[in-house]
Amino acid sequence: MKAPRLPLFVAPDAYRRRRLRDAARMLPVLGALLMLLPVLWGGGEGQPARSTAIDGLYLFGIWGVLILAARLMAPGLAKDPQDSAAPPREE
Amino acid sequence: MPFNLLVLSCLAYAAFLFAVAFAAERRAEAGAVPWLRSSLVYTLSLSVYCTAWTFYGAVGYAARSGLEFLTIYLGPTLVFVGWWLVLRKLVRIAKSQQITSIADLISSRYGKSPLLGVVVTVICVTGATPYIALQLQSVALSFSVFASDAPLGVSMPDRDTTALWVAVGLAVFTIIFGTRNLDANEQHHGVVTAIAVEAVVKLVALLAVGVFVVWGLAGGPADMMARIDASPIASWPLQPDRWAGLIFLSAAAVLTLPRMFQVLVVENADERHLTTASWAFPLYLAAMSLFVVPIAVMGLELLPAGSDPDLFVLTLPLAEGRGNLAMLAFLGGFSSATSMVIIASIAMATMVSNHMVMPLLLRFGRRQDTEPGDLRRGVLLSRRLSIGAVLALGYAYYALSGGTGALAATGLISFVGVAQILPSMMGALFWRGATRWGALAGLVTGFSLWLYTLYLPSFGADAVLSASVLDHGPWGLGWLRPQALLGIGAGDPLIHALWWSLALNTLMFCSVSLLTFPAPLERLQGAQFVNVFGHSGAASGWSGGQAEPEDLLVMAQRILGEDVALAFFESEARAQGKTSYLPDITPDFMNGLERRLAGSVGAAAAHAMLAQITGGTSVSVEDLMAVANETAQIMEYSARLEHNQAELTRTARQLREANDKLTQISVQKDAFLSQISHELRTPMTSIRAFSEIMKADDIPPELSARYSGIIHDEAIRLTRLLDDLLDLSVLETGNVQLTIKPAELHEMLDRALQAAGSSGGGRAFAILRDPRSERVRISSDTDRLVQVFINVISNARKYCDATEPQLQIAVRRRGGKLQVDFIDNGSGIPKHSQSLIFEKFARLTDSTHAGGAGLGLAICREIMQNLGGSITYMAGRRGAAFRVSFPQALVLPGSATA
Repeated sequence: MKAPRLPLFVAPDAYRRRRLRDAARMLPVLGALLMLLPVLWGGGEGQPARSTAIDGLYLFGIWGVLILAARLMAPGLAKDPQDSAAPPREE
Repeated sequence: MPFNLLVLSCLAYAAFLFAVAFAAERRAEAGAVPWLRSSLVYTLSLSVYCTAWTFYGAVGYAARSGLEFLTIYLGPTLVFVGWWLVLRKLVRIAKSQQITSIADLISSRYGKSPLLGVVVTVICVTGATPYIALQLQSVALSFSVFASDAPLGVSMPDRDTTALWVAVGLAVFTIIFGTRNLDANEQHHGVVTAIAVEAVVKLVALLAVGVFVVWGLAGGPADMMARIDASPIASWPLQPDRWAGLIFLSAAAVLTLPRMFQVLVVENADERHLTTASWAFPLYLAAMSLFVVPIAVMGLELLPAGSDPDLFVLTLPLAEGRGNLAMLAFLGGFSSATSMVIIASIAMATMVSNHMVMPLLLRFGRRQDTEPGDLRRGVLLSRRLSIGAVLALGYAYYALSGGTGALAATGLISFVGVAQILPSMMGALFWRGATRWGALAGLVTGFSLWLYTLYLPSFGADAVLSASVLDHGPWGLGWLRPQALLGIGAGDPLIHALWWSLALNTLMFCSVSLLTFPAPLERLQGAQFVNVFGHSGAASGWSGGQAEPEDLLVMAQRILGEDVALAFFESEARAQGKTSYLPDITPDFMNGLERRLAGSVGAAAAHAMLAQITGGTSVSVEDLMAVANETAQIMEYSARLEHNQAELTRTARQLREANDKLTQISVQKDAFLSQISHELRTPMTSIRAFSEIMKADDIPPELSARYSGIIHDEAIRLTRLLDDLLDLSVLETGNVQLTIKPAELHEMLDRALQAAGSSGGGRAFAILRDPRSERVRISSDTDRLVQVFINVISNARKYCDATEPQLQIAVRRRGGKLQVDFIDNGSGIPKHSQSLIFEKFARLTDSTHAGGAGLGLAICREIMQNLGGSITYMAGRRGAAFRVSFPQALVLPGSATA
């Protein structure tokens, strides 16, 4: 069976919507990287001890950034949830 | 605070929740659902994730391991901000398949397998039991702390008794509101609203304690930071394996915990609520954990050494003499525990009754089936009993384990247990190649490893596993030690168990899936799950049933209830265009009915029930192929439509052209009729006039001779015109008699030129000929051919408008045919008229000097057709150019010889 032809290029607003979805997919990856970052600093031998206060501020900071990003993206993603069909796979 | 007062306030709070739930149910029945199912209520109901473990345990966790407690909330944050990836698909699938629980999801995806449903249910119940025990423990603990040692009348019972009463109270509440209706998709408005209220209570309580700690006990945020730096947890040990592992674990758990699945997926009323929850739920989590560290720090600072940090939220306000605040905190903790237990037991009861009790009822309960409504009561009863059983199990675990373990540790053990469902779940959503056997192998492997490496050792040495097994492995096999498989991972037992169980689970799931072949129903379900956004309508799993609609109705009534089932059948019948209340048994109807039943008893049971009635006809490989064929047919059909459309367009164009031509011809015909009547009338008029004159007696003989000459000429003209018309009609009907004889073309052209020259006016006309090429002998009806030549030549004479007119005659031989071209040097025939000149009555100019009736070329065309040749106008020459082509030797169709 021939796969249906999908348009190769799309109009600007559809393009923006798709990039927004890409961003929504990337956001948790970015979040995970930021959350794992504290592993890299402090606490090792010869380094100053890990500070609860500073690490806490950092973690709540990125938490806020993630929430804000999700808040800003939400309205755009909520628009037209129908037009999101993944290309069908041959199986 | 006196114990009886505490009990009273608890009862009052519970009564308040009852009232809220009742009011919500009432409003739902009155149709005020939109307000009840707003995205705010949805987000708040998600807070069942934050249990007493969060409320009390997080502070204890922070007091022990610093910021590590945050991992439990960071994982879900990732899942929610990444809702587009997983949650959206999960909710959509659950909606389209009427999923009732996580066991139902797995079972439904892998071919509605009852066995998988049982396995997942067992995992969930086993995993949730310590969790429920944890809630009971925390409530009992908070009671014991809160109740003062100044008893008034009623003495404080021991903790176990408290826990027992709490368990009983929760069971009653859950049974009342959680099993009001059977259809799990008809969502529990009352419960969800009560949960949302509890979510607000616990958030407000924790924030209030936090604000009191930061601004009441410490001197604001800056002072708080300084105190944190000065406290015992000023620095904290970040263990990278635990940090990453716990973030992953909590992310997995928020997807697989039965109670989270219940509120997140099953109770979801609108997919758009997810959009709000994607940021609002992480915000809620952040707010819940914001003051955890400050409370822990102040607790460590102010409370006497040795106080249980798990209860700082309660003991800190108490120690500072803030009884009201402590009461609020107590209610917050109570809310956290109760909301979790209520939702978890509803979810668990749905699973147990749909996947364990229902199959047994179906198999062994055939005798009582005759009574309608019986099954429905049976299911509800089994669900109520399941709630009781789940709570009883939780209480038993609490009583057995002695309620000693730290809250956080117990919670994490549960997390690892339910996380075993993750590989099968992700496979269900994203991998069409995942099979039932793969899922089963993965789940069983992961579950057993979890039991062996984490769950059983958690009871302590010599409780279930003997100390020697823990230390030296079973039968002294050191590499099988539960907490250090293969001698690896002597460090953290939790991460060790998480790693081994999930790794081998995933490995088994993938490899067995790769090696086995899925059943047809599995493949169908797999395609519908993975391509949930691509499929508009679900393919039917039923191919032609032998079931009678009456049987189906009886069964549906027993599960859905009489009114609902009748309404469903009636609406289906109406959709099929029938007036009776029983629809035809089509695959679509069977599919809809199965979906509807699945909402009550789960996919596997619904499928099994329908299969029982229809005699087991379900989907086969052929049906799958048919589904694929259908798609191919649709594509083929659309291609055919496109083709047809192109053909129609072409035909329409041709029709338009034909119509244009017809219109022109009609106009010409009208013109001709007036012309011919004029042509006929003119000679007739003169003939009549002159013959009247000649009737008079006194006509001189010379005039009489002249007049009779005129009459004669006019009569000849009339005759010629009528001859032409007669000739044409004879030629057109094909009844013409041809006399074939040999002749030389040169001579024929000579004759034609002579004849045309004699009849035409006296214009000087140059004739260009090539006598050599004209020396051709032909065999045809030469007289008719000459007639054509004369006509063409005289036309050229009449119409050539050049000042020095000339006519070129060129003869050529092409195969067995001769082509004679007549080309003049005039201005030719305009393009729009070229298609008309061979029509009858065509006369391009209104010139009377032409002298004919416009029949010449039409006659020529008919003659040439009769002679097996043609006459065509050649466009694009200098002037008018006609080509007469005909076979050199004409063979009549009827004669054998030339």
